[in-house]
Amino acid sequence: MAASSAGVCTACTIFRLSGRYWFLRTFSYNNNFSSRNVQTTTLHCQSQPQTKRKTDPRKWVGVVGLEIHAQIHSNAKLFSESGVHFAAPPNSLVSYFDASLPGTLPVLNRRCVEAAVMTSLALNCTINKKSLFDRKHYFYADLPAGYQITQQRLPIAVAGSLTYNLLVRQKWNQVVTKTVRIKQIQLEQDSGKSLHDDTRSQTLIDLNRAGVGLMEVVMEPDMCCGEEAAAAVRELQLILQALGTCQGNMAEGQLRVDANVSVHQPGEPLGVRTEVKNINSARFLARAIDYEIQRQTDVLESGGWILNETRSFDYKSGRTTPMRDKEGLQDYRFMPEPNLPPLIVYDNKTVPAHADPQQVVNIDQIRERLPELPNVRRSRLVEQYGILPEHSFTLVNEDGLMEYFVSVARETKAEPRKIIGWIIKDLLGLLKQHSLNVSQSPISPMSMAELLNLLEAGTVSSSAAKQVFQELWKGAGSSASQIVQKLDLGLLQDRSTLEQICRTVIDSHQEEVRAIRGGNKKVLNKLIGLVQRELKGRADPVQVKTILEEKTL
Amino acid sequence: MSSKSLRFLIFSGSRSKLLLRPASPRCGVLRCPGGEFVAGGWSLRLCCRLHHTASTTDGSKTKVPQSPTWEPVSESQLPPVTRVSPDLVDRLERLALVDFRNQEGVARLEKAIRFADQLHVVDTEGVEPMDSVLEDRQLYLQQDCVREGNCAEQLLRTSRRTVEEYFVAPPGNIPLPERDERSSLLKNSEL
Repeated sequence: MAASSAGVCTACTIFRLSGRYWFLRTFSYNNNFSSRNVQTTTLHCQSQPQTKRKTDPRKWVGVVGLEIHAQIHSNAKLFSESGVHFAAPPNSLVSYFDASLPGTLPVLNRRCVEAAVMTSLALNCTINKKSLFDRKHYFYADLPAGYQITQQRLPIAVAGSLTYNLLVRQKWNQVVTKTVRIKQIQLEQDSGKSLHDDTRSQTLIDLNRAGVGLMEVVMEPDMCCGEEAAAAVRELQLILQALGTCQGNMAEGQLRVDANVSVHQPGEPLGVRTEVKNINSARFLARAIDYEIQRQTDVLESGGWILNETRSFDYKSGRTTPMRDKEGLQDYRFMPEPNLPPLIVYDNKTVPAHADPQQVVNIDQIRERLPELPNVRRSRLVEQYGILPEHSFTLVNEDGLMEYFVSVARETKAEPRKIIGWIIKDLLGLLKQHSLNVSQSPISPMSMAELLNLLEAGTVSSSAAKQVFQELWKGAGSSASQIVQKLDLGLLQDRSTLEQICRTVIDSHQEEVRAIRGGNKKVLNKLIGLVQRELKGRADPVQVKTILEEKTL
Repeated sequence: MSSKSLRFLIFSGSRSKLLLRPASPRCGVLRCPGGEFVAGGWSLRLCCRLHHTASTTDGSKTKVPQSPTWEPVSESQLPPVTRVSPDLVDRLERLALVDFRNQEGVARLEKAIRFADQLHVVDTEGVEPMDSVLEDRQLYLQQDCVREGNCAEQLLRTSRRTVEEYFVAPPGNIPLPERDERSSLLKNSEL
């Protein structure tokens, strides 16, 4: 394993200050600056004076490598012709080969090979024109054959890279681009599902998932904290969904991530790593990795050592617990798969003449058919609409939001930046509050566009527009203009009424006027608020402010 | 014999005599002395005499060499003998779930290892390892259609215990007992 070349990640560094306390700062996505004080009891008792440490603060840096299993989105399984569905009656999608009945042989599915090649091309990997299949032996009830067909010696693709973006929310919305190297991508079989029934001391086995094609993406340990890992996984999810090779739904088990976590001091060799399994979502991934780095640091600081083991993450408690019994390292006894010849993929130069097109997987043809990848999509949005890069991240990150934005932009003449402001702040905010997808939004792109057109035309003020927005959200079926008429939220055009109301407000709030004349400008906002309340927000705030300023000064 | 065929001998023939020298030289061609007595079509060639000559006067072309083309390997050419320790027996049992904890089993394993040690004599400099005879065949790629499945009933019939269309298995892997307990547990254990 290569040591991480970037050195210390600025987002999370563990400092040790003056002996007793040490802080762990983690920067999370939601703009929360959380700090934890951990008190380590030292051997020096309270009676002795606290000696100041003369040594430098010891920095422990986490090293994280991910192994991602992505279930290939295909009709049939990898080596048999039974179907692939999420929730089907138990053992109904199982063929004789999947149940490993004697006399059955594997036959490779073309779509799975294409999916692996597509993913490898999207991740800039070198595709091995010849790859080999192996058997990985271990005993478990959900692996009926006793071995899993995988590609260990010569996988289908090696040496790629995944570029992902980290949003660093400190004082500015800065986006940092990072790269993680991909060691290899290989095709392998999935195992069945086991339901543990502890009360009757038995396990129920469902083989519907056994034999489904998986792409295992092995990443080099270039990452240093949970946040980076979560961002990388999110980016990979978007890429796979854009390609159509995997639906990327972590909750349904279509994307499974195992993290290999270790800590070391910069410059020293890598520490002992532990594997963390049973992570069900990107959010839990960040928490699990951070917990594990924390735990390993605690152990090492207190003088212990880390065992090379597999740990399971419990999302309820946020902790990892050891999983496998203490057997030491598993020996998988890899052996070449005797029933499968080497897998050869071709490109335009090596395609044999008169070859059956059904039997030939052509890399160049697949490369031409690659759809638009997320980072290309982001730069296109920035270029086409002139929006800020971080907005394009949000647009591409949320499912369906980009399409929403494009439909609204098509219908309205408002500036894209304003549309973005409405979509990201107001619409997305409400969607998140009610835990809805973009597709479930009560406000259609048409209504949104209409509202923005009214705003542009000056028919409503911005504060009135927000009220209209709230009404639209309730989804009564009326359009924006209908709501404006019904609630009489049109912009107050008559300047004299405005002046009158301002005068009344000023007369009733002489104290505030004196404060403004005294130099306190902020009280003006309070008066503006009062005026707006009187007028139900129909006045143009800029106009109100100028009138009030005239009258008070 | 060539190195390739020697490997196959070991793959398939580990149950054969685990000796370094052949018991009797197998060579020659089985020939029926009187060809004119052979009836039409398939006929059993009853061998009357073993001939050590290389003649093929009845016109059949055979690729089997007339005399052994290999020489027995002497002990001095082989690497040192591998002894199978009780720890290794332990580990192998755990990995393969095969019970061979007696003198005969361990002796057989050691002989098999010795037989395979002959491979060390072969010079494989610059030779790509072959792991399948199918290496120059095309791997067949089938279309992505669903043509199998929906045979839950038949599959569940193969299992002794089922619960509502699920197969039943013991809870997790039952760990093998420790070595001291194991010797009392297993019948044929002599170690």
